[in-house]
Amino acid sequence: MSATAAVLSYTQIERSPSHIATIYLKEAKYEFFKNLRLRVYTASVISFPLMFYVLFGLVLNSKETIGTTGVPTYLIATYGTFGVMGASLFGTASGLAADRGLGWLQVKRASPMPPFAYFTAKVILSMIFSAIVVALLLVLGISFGGVRLPFAEMAKLIGTLVAGSLPFSAMGLAIGYFAGPNSAPAVINLFYLPLSFCSGLWVPYMFLPKLVRQIALALPPYHLSQLALRIVGAGRHESAATHWEVLFAFTLICLGVARIGFQRDQGKLYG
Amino acid sequence: MIATLEKAQQVEQAASALVVASLAGVTQNYGEVCALRNMTFRVGPGQVVALLGPNGAGKTTAVKLLLGLLEPNAGRVRVFGGDPTNPQNRMRTGAMLQVGRVPETLRIREHIDLFSSYYASPLPIEEVLAAAGLEKLADRKFGDLSGGQRQRTLFALAICGDPDLLFLDEPTAGLDVEARRALWDGIRHLVRRGKSVLLTTHYLEEADALADRIAVINQGTIIAEGTPAEIKAQTSGKRIRCVTSLDLKSLLQIPGVIDVKQDRNTVEIQAREAELVVRALLNRDSTLSGLEITAAGLEEAFLALTQDNNENANRQN
Repeated sequence: MSATAAVLSYTQIERSPSHIATIYLKEAKYEFFKNLRLRVYTASVISFPLMFYVLFGLVLNSKETIGTTGVPTYLIATYGTFGVMGASLFGTASGLAADRGLGWLQVKRASPMPPFAYFTAKVILSMIFSAIVVALLLVLGISFGGVRLPFAEMAKLIGTLVAGSLPFSAMGLAIGYFAGPNSAPAVINLFYLPLSFCSGLWVPYMFLPKLVRQIALALPPYHLSQLALRIVGAGRHESAATHWEVLFAFTLICLGVARIGFQRDQGKLYG
Repeated sequence: MIATLEKAQQVEQAASALVVASLAGVTQNYGEVCALRNMTFRVGPGQVVALLGPNGAGKTTAVKLLLGLLEPNAGRVRVFGGDPTNPQNRMRTGAMLQVGRVPETLRIREHIDLFSSYYASPLPIEEVLAAAGLEKLADRKFGDLSGGQRQRTLFALAICGDPDLLFLDEPTAGLDVEARRALWDGIRHLVRRGKSVLLTTHYLEEADALADRIAVINQGTIIAEGTPAEIKAQTSGKRIRCVTSLDLKSLLQIPGVIDVKQDRNTVEIQAREAELVVRALLNRDSTLSGLEITAAGLEEAFLALTQDNNENANRQN
């Protein structure tokens, strides 16, 4: 068959499921390395929760208790939530805002890449970094804070917090679809920091002012932190199901917002 | 019965098989703005087609439709017989678009590896690097590249899947002369292998050098289409440059002169027939120097076509 004749045929090229799986894996692999090599990302996502933990949980207050739980143990749950939220928001939103605003997302979409692979890669990246942050907090807590948790509990903690990264990845996608490439980090922090404080991720919940404590009940990070606290034995005897339901509903809302942002992009002349 | 059906399908396929990509009666609106008006356009196999037009003419919209980044408000877009909004139908296309950001912490080799993975039978990476002139830079991070090297990386990403239809949006912007020629050679090599190329460029010499066909777009429709020679023939005559002591007014009075422009110390005269005007110039000015006669270029044709088109449109409104 001559070259021209080959070009003329309209044969459909199908990709096998294993080919598609390879694409998803490569997309995730390179998303991971891309962010790992970004000092800004790695430093802020991993260092901040660790620094706060070392300062407030190991250097100060390490012999104190909150209720019946030691402070170093308690803070692993709350700073773990803080870290997971940060890893997910920064892992998805800033990359998406930049890719959208500066045309890279268009290049990817003009290629035969399955669109879902792009988003899945970002979610997987967030989950991996979430797991790293929680694992490092545990290492610090066990080595220097006298934290003692059965292995099963540690596994449950990491699993819960990594699953809890999904709602915040969804939130990151929603933010990423509306933020500009340069303002994204600021917009993220505008949500991230107040939400963290009001959910009791810095100052433990019971020490927050009454009004804030009431607001916290509506905040997704509060619910995730409560799930984590239950595992380390510092829960408030609330139903786990309610927490998961809130997180699930929040994820759906965020995905809806992200979809609106996606449609809006379609209509833009120079998008 | 089955034999006749097959035959009918074959005939239909053969007829439509001469088209690699097409827009048929496509209208595209962005809110109030009408970007494309009932536009019909085709790219055939083994051709380089250049899309020329001023900013806002609709070339970017046309390319986005062909790449499946937009759905048409009216009309049909077909690439290799399929709807390009489905990623499956982009398995035989590659695109080099103008971008403000490419992930900087990944190496060239890694970028190419990822894009190659989307395709069914990508080119070996060594071949891609060679075609884009990046052999020595494979392990360099994108952020450490110069402007020209970045362009070449984007070209590599466009060709790595061995596409049968290549979209190039201002591909040589920012390249030095050597790199530009090298890219042109790369494009010609692809065309010799039977591939098709759709090129948008402001750089008219590039369209002239590469394109088999040029389509001039203005205000959402194609106002002229043909080979570079045919498009150039649509403007009048010749361009005469010289240094003369004659003033503009007396130059305009010479029979056969269409237009006169002053360019520093030189005048540029547009004339239908060069010989008449040159004879008159030499007769009237014995101090004439720096005489140059050239055929009106693609630039004049383009400007004349779009100016005419704008005037007609204004008159109609």
